[in-house]
Amino acid sequence: MLRDDLIEYSLNSHHSEEAGKKIRKKIFLVTILLTSITIVEVLLGAFIHQSSSMWAFVKWTFVALTILKAGYIVMVFMHLGDEKKWMRNVILVPYFLFVAYLIFIALWEALEVGNAFATYGN
Amino acid sequence: MAGHAVELDSKTLWGGKESPFSTSYGKLMMWFFLVSDALTFTGLLIAYGYTRHSAQDAWPIGEETFNSMPFLGHGYPLLYVALMTFILIVSSVTMVLAVEAGHRMDKSGVIKWMIATIIGGFFFVGSQAWEWSHFIHGSEFGKIELADGSQAIVKGHFGEIESFTVLKEGKHLKKGEIVKSDLLHQFQHAAETGKIFRSEAMISNLNNQRNIIAALKKDTTGVPGSAEKAISLKANLISLEKELALIKSKPVTAGVLILHDGSIAKINKKSDEHLMLVTKKSGNTFKVGGEPIKDKKAEELYYGALTEGTANKVVYGANLKQNEYGPQQYGQFFFFITGFHGFHVFSGVVINIIICIGVVLGTYHKRGHYEMIEKTGLYWHFVDLVWVFVFTFFYLI
Repeated sequence: MLRDDLIEYSLNSHHSEEAGKKIRKKIFLVTILLTSITIVEVLLGAFIHQSSSMWAFVKWTFVALTILKAGYIVMVFMHLGDEKKWMRNVILVPYFLFVAYLIFIALWEALEVGNAFATYGN
Repeated sequence: MAGHAVELDSKTLWGGKESPFSTSYGKLMMWFFLVSDALTFTGLLIAYGYTRHSAQDAWPIGEETFNSMPFLGHGYPLLYVALMTFILIVSSVTMVLAVEAGHRMDKSGVIKWMIATIIGGFFFVGSQAWEWSHFIHGSEFGKIELADGSQAIVKGHFGEIESFTVLKEGKHLKKGEIVKSDLLHQFQHAAETGKIFRSEAMISNLNNQRNIIAALKKDTTGVPGSAEKAISLKANLISLEKELALIKSKPVTAGVLILHDGSIAKINKKSDEHLMLVTKKSGNTFKVGGEPIKDKKAEELYYGALTEGTANKVVYGANLKQNEYGPQQYGQFFFFITGFHGFHVFSGVVINIIICIGVVLGTYHKRGHYEMIEKTGLYWHFVDLVWVFVFTFFYLI
């Protein structure tokens, strides 16, 4: 049943058996990557304690690895990398602007509240 | 490719056919929904970050709280959550394989990978149930309030409770009887309600003191000889207090407890190993962020506080009011964030099942495309995406 009053964009993403093989290979590689990142994270978390002098470095490594992992999930698994550039921007840019602002304002405030608790008691 | 031509002319462009993003309405709306849902989770995680930054050192550390494995016990930091993460990643992969099969119009491939995804989702929800149950029941040690008013979490290997020997009979149990069942539960219940003492002598000492204080409070004005009696009672009280101080000065490792039926029993327990107290709330002596208290000293302090016979000195597990891991909000955030995520996983599984039935019935094959799989796939990957952040900010950091 084909309607001529709308365009079936989903048909554009159909691909052949050969193209499928390539895509599956990519999925497989991303799986290996995501799993190894998780393993690295767990090893770091289990062996380097928060009291260690390395901790600040490890913490930012966790944040970077998490964003890397999230990037692969969104761009490859969710196919956002295959969408048009402006669709990508419409989804990602407003979100990141808002979240970056919120993280900054909330954590900065929280540190001050923590200092106030430490100085004047809860 | 069976697609339509997408070259634009003014007629199609303004006739409402063309999407500027070359994406169908359904998929675009799914993305908008996911952005709003992502903002919800962002809000929750930032609220968590706010609370944690303002609580500073008192906040529990993931690798200390989550270090158990089913069947294996304690001492496996983060391994279980890593396993959960792996399960979710794998089910995300099977989902993307279902989408890929859909692009080739491979119906049986879609069904195969959808079923694999659903199974993975059930495994994840089941793992979370175990995790919650473990979090709610807590460790054998619990969190203890020490004599100086500080609170500490306890690490180490809990020596097994072997039995209770009844010292003084109650309603059901006779003297000399040995209790062998439900030991840990009864022990923890007694500890929470302040029914563990250093020795039988301490219980009778405390009872005597209580009776004397009650007698002294009674109004005896005008009763002959009452003044002399009060003086002797006070002298008794002082000697009892001295005796109590002597009892308390001797270290204990288990003590005696009052059981459900009122009988008094001795606790027979193997000794603990590698005991360590980590201060989570400062008191007069021990401060948050100080060196952990270890071995013999930890044992004396822990069992000293446990056998005070005072209620609410120890907290086991977690509920919405209190938890043994850290500040009250920690438990609340745990329940809310992982619960809200778990609810998303559960609804994702349900949606996947419904869509999978549609695939089996051939609904999407007849349409000529499997876009519905892409849409449910987007939701499923989003759930995985959220877990990646929860894993980092709740468990790792």
